[in-house]
Amino acid sequence: MKKDIILCGVGGQGILSIATIIGEAATKAGLQLKQAEVHGMSQRGGDVQSNLRLSHDPIYSDLIPLGGCDLIISMEPMEALRYLPYLSREGVIVTSNRPFINIPDYPDTEALAAELNALPHVVQLDIEQAAREAGNPRGANMVLLGMAAKYLEIVSPEQLRTAIATVFARKGEAVTAANLRAFDAANR
Amino acid sequence: MKQLLLGDEAVALGALHAGLSGVYAYPGTPSTEITEFIQHSPLAKERRIHSRWCTNEKTAMEAALGMSYAGKRALVCMKHVGMNVCADAFVNSAITGVNGGLVVLAADDPSMHSSQNEQDSRFYGKFALIPIFEPSNQQEAYDMMAQAFDLSEALKEPVLLRIVTRLAHSRAAVETGEARPENAMTPSTDQWVLLPGIARRKYAALLEKQPLMEQAAATSAFNRWERNDARLGIIACGIGYNYVKEALGDTGNLLKISQYPLPAADIRRLAAESEAILVVEDGQPVVEQDIKALLGADYPVKGRLSGDLPRTGELTPDTVGAAVGRPSAAGHAAAHHLAGRPPQLCQGCGHRDVYGALVRIIDEYPEARVFGDIGCYTLGALPPFKALASCVDMGASITMAKGAADAGLRPSIAVIGDSTFTHSGMTGLLDAINENTPITVIISDNLTTGMTGGQDSAGLNKYEAICLGLGMDPAHLHVVTPLPKNIPDIARIIRDEIAYEGVSVIIPRRECIQTAARHARAAKKTQEEPA
Repeated sequence: MKKDIILCGVGGQGILSIATIIGEAATKAGLQLKQAEVHGMSQRGGDVQSNLRLSHDPIYSDLIPLGGCDLIISMEPMEALRYLPYLSREGVIVTSNRPFINIPDYPDTEALAAELNALPHVVQLDIEQAAREAGNPRGANMVLLGMAAKYLEIVSPEQLRTAIATVFARKGEAVTAANLRAFDAANR
Repeated sequence: MKQLLLGDEAVALGALHAGLSGVYAYPGTPSTEITEFIQHSPLAKERRIHSRWCTNEKTAMEAALGMSYAGKRALVCMKHVGMNVCADAFVNSAITGVNGGLVVLAADDPSMHSSQNEQDSRFYGKFALIPIFEPSNQQEAYDMMAQAFDLSEALKEPVLLRIVTRLAHSRAAVETGEARPENAMTPSTDQWVLLPGIARRKYAALLEKQPLMEQAAATSAFNRWERNDARLGIIACGIGYNYVKEALGDTGNLLKISQYPLPAADIRRLAAESEAILVVEDGQPVVEQDIKALLGADYPVKGRLSGDLPRTGELTPDTVGAAVGRPSAAGHAAAHHLAGRPPQLCQGCGHRDVYGALVRIIDEYPEARVFGDIGCYTLGALPPFKALASCVDMGASITMAKGAADAGLRPSIAVIGDSTFTHSGMTGLLDAINENTPITVIISDNLTTGMTGGQDSAGLNKYEAICLGLGMDPAHLHVVTPLPKNIPDIARIIRDEIAYEGVSVIIPRRECIQTAARHARAAKKTQEEPA
């Protein structure tokens, strides 16, 4: 079994934390992993993405081929659409539906929502609101990870919870508990 | 022990475990994380491994050569264009030869994710006539380091280790071993004095070592022939190997190359058994050209020059898949409602206020030109500022402004960051001061090397002293604080200095908001921790 995932969003939204947690869970589960990131200038308010590949078999390419992505996990709706040519026909998009508008030519938000809604396998939520309701306004990325958990399949939601506890351990119990609350927010 | 490492981190740990005594580098994407990993490594702290940032790639290369002279192992790291900056020292280090192992790491950036060109550092290795290593994955990056240092010490020559962005910034599990000891200090007793008479002798010695380098590559564990019955022979270099394996699995007739010079005998045999050769290499068609020369004009060689792979940009599983007859599956059509989202200066960044003042000046003087430089502030070229006429290489803002002013252009303005100024801007400023050329130089000082993530800036707190030391007239040297409320004042000072027929320097100084936030968090943490 393999799972090819594109994580995406806008610089500073916390997609690399999602990658770290899935990576921790996958490593503990003994899976093969490759994760390509883009560093540098794109950190600053630009689009960011990471290719995360998990498999029981050896992985060669650091990059996911066109049409080969099983799951897009996106912190922002337009950013989810950016990688459509990589998504397989059966692939799933898990995304925030709240536009992040920091450019003058951002598309019409209703047309954007309609295009997203017309796709076959889309799961979407206002993750920032859900994070606030869960009492962790900075935990939108954990809400998104919670939404994606059941589509990851190659690692279980329980393995992800353990990974969250491991990754945030050095920040203390309160931070770990808040992130677990955000993780559970989408599935209550 | 297995650990998840970026390619850069695998290089760093491999070097430490190979008995490194010093890393010398200037930050540059995608190479920065190598030095940062060593700076934070407990082993490096325990061993007191040198890891402080250098002023530029040339000072780094020369210091590493000095450490090698003294008998210890040294690593120099840079992005590909850094090779241009250190080229004089690099090429001549092959003539002097080395004592302690010396590995030069160049991180190339095909597709120019964070760069101004996609030059291929393997050309530099060939030019200097030294061995080149090119890992295909993170594990090889780790394993190669010890081999690279050993080969360097066996041949008494520097070796080049070339990686690309996709390896530097991709993570995978790496099996790591034990750290071997550093070399003891044993200064060279050989004369490294490249006077013509000595240099001629040493150059001849370097040429005599070429067969040894070829033999090392021909027997290298990193080069192997995966032999299969197929009409197409494939030569896959560095990470190109991964894309071929992704497409063909174990069915390709495939010669994997991760160490140069090219093993010519294997290539001739592969060619004899195949109807054509496909060369899969990331970057420029270095190997493709060599193989065409090796096999003659009549032998069909496919690659970037033939158009079987794109001439520019990094390799992808899609371009390589298509070239080996396994095109990628059709996914979804591209989205309709999509806009580009380029990077931008952070809200609250001092560079924004500098450009806030500059755009007023440009409005008032449509004939003004602002020559830019390399850093976050290059983003001043994009909307909403659109303020820059050029950005070429480290330090070129000041010298281009000078040349344009020599030609008669007024007002001629340069914008350069603090770290870029000490990297390569100071010498150009001296030229301008010596002629009192009418230019206005803005050193936008954010107290750090911002674009690569906030590394130390070599000239911290020394900028006025440096300018005065170069001979600046203090009457035309100004320090201002770039804040929105100060934009009118800054614009007024620029306006006054444009009117002056000589060199002016304005230093807007305010800490990068990213490093300021980091420092505030660290201070808070120190406060909270019980004594």
